[in-house]
Amino acid sequence: MFDSFLYLLRSKGLKVSMTEWMTLNEALDKGMTHASFSEFYYLCRSVLVKSESEFDKFDGAFLEFFKDINFLEDIPEELMNWLNKPQETPGNYDEEIARQNLKLGYERIEQMLRERIAEQDSEHNGGKYWVGTGGMSVFGNSGKGPNGIRVGGESQHKRAFRVAGERHFKDFSEDKVLDTRQMQIALRTLRQYSTKTDAPKTELNIDETIEETGNNAGRLSLVYDRPRKNTVKVVVMMDSGGSMDYYRKLCSQLFTALRKSNHFKDLKFYYFHNSIYERLYTDGECIPGRWVDTNLVLNTLSSDYKLIIVGDAAMAPYELMGGGYYNYGKTSGIDWFRKVKGHFSHCIWLNPGEMQYVYGNYWRQTLGILQEEFDMYPLTVNGLEAALKKLMVNR
Amino acid sequence: MSKDNLNSFNGSNDYVASEELMRAVNIAVALEKPLLIKGEPGTGKTMLAQSVAKALGKKLVIWNIKSTTKAQDGLYVYDVVQRLYDGQFGNAGVDDVAKYVKLGKLGEAFSDDEQVILLIDEIDKADIEFPNDLLWELDRMEFYIPETGETIKAKQRPIVIITSNAEKELPDAFLRRCIFHYIEFPNEELMREIVKVHFPDIDENVLAQVTAAFYYVRSLKEIQKKPSTSEIIDWIQALTLSGIPAERITKEIPFAGVILKKNEDIDALERAKARSLFPFK
Repeated sequence: MFDSFLYLLRSKGLKVSMTEWMTLNEALDKGMTHASFSEFYYLCRSVLVKSESEFDKFDGAFLEFFKDINFLEDIPEELMNWLNKPQETPGNYDEEIARQNLKLGYERIEQMLRERIAEQDSEHNGGKYWVGTGGMSVFGNSGKGPNGIRVGGESQHKRAFRVAGERHFKDFSEDKVLDTRQMQIALRTLRQYSTKTDAPKTELNIDETIEETGNNAGRLSLVYDRPRKNTVKVVVMMDSGGSMDYYRKLCSQLFTALRKSNHFKDLKFYYFHNSIYERLYTDGECIPGRWVDTNLVLNTLSSDYKLIIVGDAAMAPYELMGGGYYNYGKTSGIDWFRKVKGHFSHCIWLNPGEMQYVYGNYWRQTLGILQEEFDMYPLTVNGLEAALKKLMVNR
Repeated sequence: MSKDNLNSFNGSNDYVASEELMRAVNIAVALEKPLLIKGEPGTGKTMLAQSVAKALGKKLVIWNIKSTTKAQDGLYVYDVVQRLYDGQFGNAGVDDVAKYVKLGKLGEAFSDDEQVILLIDEIDKADIEFPNDLLWELDRMEFYIPETGETIKAKQRPIVIITSNAEKELPDAFLRRCIFHYIEFPNEELMREIVKVHFPDIDENVLAQVTAAFYYVRSLKEIQKKPSTSEIIDWIQALTLSGIPAERITKEIPFAGVILKKNEDIDALERAKARSLFPFK
């Protein structure tokens, strides 16, 4: 009857199977929706969708299929279309407007948005009154105003305090930032089993036991084996301080996830500030003195450690191409990176920040250089999974 | 159908269930599928099974999953070493294999004469393959013990509730067989109801102030460990004991140490309070 809904869901990337579809039909046959539309929505969702990260996709598809039923407070579609392709308008930041806008409360801004939607009939970019992109008004996206409601687009300047018309489960979408649990799951892929470990022998070996008991003239002689254990060793080098402060929470989640993943044979942490030089810090504070020689680290760690570098790769170009604060121009940062990378047989880079190169952005010049050197992945669910898969195979 | 109507869950006295959650429970019961519940810690996943059991008047069998738990442990355990030792000295009853076969929690739930509620708690703690090993058993509600040649079949199909701590990757084959429900963190309205269950005499004004401040703290991006339901309960206890007037609760957010457990988080809150955008000035 509404089989096309199944295909719409599948075309949106939801892996709805026949089993689940039949279950839904069975439930409908039993009259479980009690002829209520919201009951029907929840029934569909709990039977067809199995992860909160897919609720948003489902909501989108559901709205599309049953769109004649008014569900959410809507922003007119044409308006949404302009807003989804923002235009950068450099140099229109206005101190005074920013100050005025800051004084506006939530409710006032929401009320203003309603008024503007009623009035507005064309596209506006770079202005300070209408709903538009790249401007100073309190609505729209990619703007430079310090506060306001984001309408469509992606958060670029991280300022809008409320997003109108956004679907509720958007935050759970797969490619959003991950929590420690999700990271731990991803980290479980770092496994390589072997019985050549030093774990205690706890598993009964039946064949050997029979053999031994036979040799022992029938007196019971139990033989135990070592259980198979993971042999993967990991070393993490994390950028700390400076531009990394924005990602502190995300990085500390990764840190916790790694610490909690007790399946590694060995796990080591080192820190660097912006770029690796002749010394690596032993704690995240990066205090001079609490460090070890990078060469010593490379000498003590065998090359079968898997190296994960975490950093936003954003620094002043001289820091990468020349020396740092404590390194007077002997070996440049990039050469240290190359040396460290060369020592370990497996190596990936996780980037918690933006990975798109923006022309003219001073801090992002180094990103391009390091992206060419390393396999760099964004620190998201999909990014981490791809990165760890890469870490398991030979390059 | 008559059975379905009988087995209908509407929340119990000590557990405030959202409408969605009650719907999910009833769907799972009617379709005879396991109900998989995910959610943030502290949203009452384990409590749910207890209250469903209470509301439906059924026995609750809890299988707590640990990192070392194997699927086999839930079915039965065959103590071969004990039998070998007994066999060596020709102890009585060695011939009787059944003596060395002990049923696990799943086996216990299957062999009960009445319909029970089986809670498989924190299934994500076990090894990643664990859920797959239970597919057949949960589908057919039976398993075979090769040692005794016996098939344990559910006398009354148990209502299965499975909880998971917001883990992503339970195997697809397993998920396909479940009804899924995600317990969202309660919204302010529901939270007020939950608080009232614990503090029936709480002053409305205090309650409004407390929840406003609590949700403000949760909304802060810098907070690493967001406070959950148990923290707001403790906080209200602290606030009522100290007798702080209601209007100071949002302004000062006193005893922040009760809701925030990390030094960094308390510092972050102090910074937020100093900001010009602090909503309760």
